[in-house]
Amino acid sequence: MLNRFWYLLKEGVKGVFSHGIRAFATVTIIVACLLIMGSFSLLSMNVDNTIKNLEQQCEVLAFVDETWTEESARSLEPYILAIDNVREVQFISRGEAMENYKAQQSDKSLFDDIDESVFRDRYVVYLDDITLMENTSTSLKALEGIADVNSYEGLEEGFVTVRNVVSVITVILIVILLVVSMFIIINTIKLATFTRREEIAIMRMVGATNGFIRFPFIVEGLVLGVLGGSIAFLLQWLIYNVLTEKLMSGLAGVLFKLIPFSTIFTPLLLVYLGVGVAIGALGGSVAIRNYLKV
Amino acid sequence: MSYPGSDKDVLQDIDLTIEDGEFVFLVGASGSGKTTIIKLLTGEVTATGGSLEVNGFDLRRIKHRQLPKLRRTLGVIFQDFRLIQDRTVYENVAFAMRVLGAGSREIKKRVPEVLELVGLTGCEDRLPRELSGGEQQRVTIARALVNNPSMIIADEPTGNLDPSRSLEIMLLLEKINEMGTTVLVVTHEKELVDALDKRVVALRDGRLVSGGNGYYAYVE
Repeated sequence: MLNRFWYLLKEGVKGVFSHGIRAFATVTIIVACLLIMGSFSLLSMNVDNTIKNLEQQCEVLAFVDETWTEESARSLEPYILAIDNVREVQFISRGEAMENYKAQQSDKSLFDDIDESVFRDRYVVYLDDITLMENTSTSLKALEGIADVNSYEGLEEGFVTVRNVVSVITVILIVILLVVSMFIIINTIKLATFTRREEIAIMRMVGATNGFIRFPFIVEGLVLGVLGGSIAFLLQWLIYNVLTEKLMSGLAGVLFKLIPFSTIFTPLLLVYLGVGVAIGALGGSVAIRNYLKV
Repeated sequence: MSYPGSDKDVLQDIDLTIEDGEFVFLVGASGSGKTTIIKLLTGEVTATGGSLEVNGFDLRRIKHRQLPKLRRTLGVIFQDFRLIQDRTVYENVAFAMRVLGAGSREIKKRVPEVLELVGLTGCEDRLPRELSGGEQQRVTIARALVNNPSMIIADEPTGNLDPSRSLEIMLLLEKINEMGTTVLVVTHEKELVDALDKRVVALRDGRLVSGGNGYYAYVE
């Protein structure tokens, strides 16, 4: 049994190396497809991650009626926290608001005579989900004592649109490239089966089972798939690290929080190898199917 | 028997039994149905009517996954040899054993035995292209024999050989038959049929004209 297994394994591996150029072309195409798929998946993950970070920082300002005293204004906090989607609140008094405003001005002396009464007490409200910002703003406005709410409702739509577009493009590309990879691997192994059709006919005639005939071709597909997957992973690693370094050292580094490669190393390696194994094995078994019918 | 998509019966009213240990010639002109009979016997096509049994397998009801078991009881020899060109004589014969899961020790013992039987001792390391047509056909016979089939089916085994080589091959097949293996030879070479005093089954336009059950007549 073991003899037979090693024999079949050897035949499969031999199949790859006896047609070096064809194998090289197949591996190159698999690498290209996996790299494009992987790059878009990583882009999608990073966009998602950046949006999550922005969500964490996204805030709504709720201004308290100026006729209310600071004490009354502070008493609103539990009511605001009770609103759905509110994660955290921070009270800013008129005095603190004025100081903050002054701090942002270049010539602070111009504001020396301004009275803090021109400012209103306010709450900085942090949300759990920015897509529900509009509903939360409406609920805040409905609270007695809240005079006005300042939110960037267009912003959350922008984030969500970008995330959705990237996700859709990624899914479409992954499907297309998986089909392309599969098609190429099937055709490569079909060529191999064509050149070895005599061998297959003899195997069938002496009574080899379909599994026995299929096995070396599946091994060939697996070897090509795993080779392609491994090379694509290494290239992806290199490209991602170079790009991350360039991006993070520039202005984009302030806006984007990129996921470090070390945190996705293992899952990504498993995905690349898994996809390689799947397209290889499936391609191998589909390619040989026609020769096993009689 | 008719092929899918065709109304024409390629074989009709065939009533034929080949007993264990028999040597039978199957003769007939091109298109008479000889190849279809071989395809039926090896399970490549299924009969559309009647009944057909080969080595205990009911070929009208055989499941696809049982075909390898049927084929292990048969040894098939082709006119065009069908040898793997980049493998040596030894490897070509050993291949048939390996495919059925034989171990190295068993292969090392059996392959030289059959090569000796077919007269190819000393040719183990030669490639098919380095052999004459007769020698290549001997390799094919060795390959068909190596797994000890109970029946050898030879489809025009001498079609590519000169008369003296053809007779040698026929005598070799006769020798194999004398050792107990049933042999069915498809041929259209009258001289060879005449040279061996064996049962002859003749086909014409898909019908048996002699040698079937109830006839057992020898073709003149």
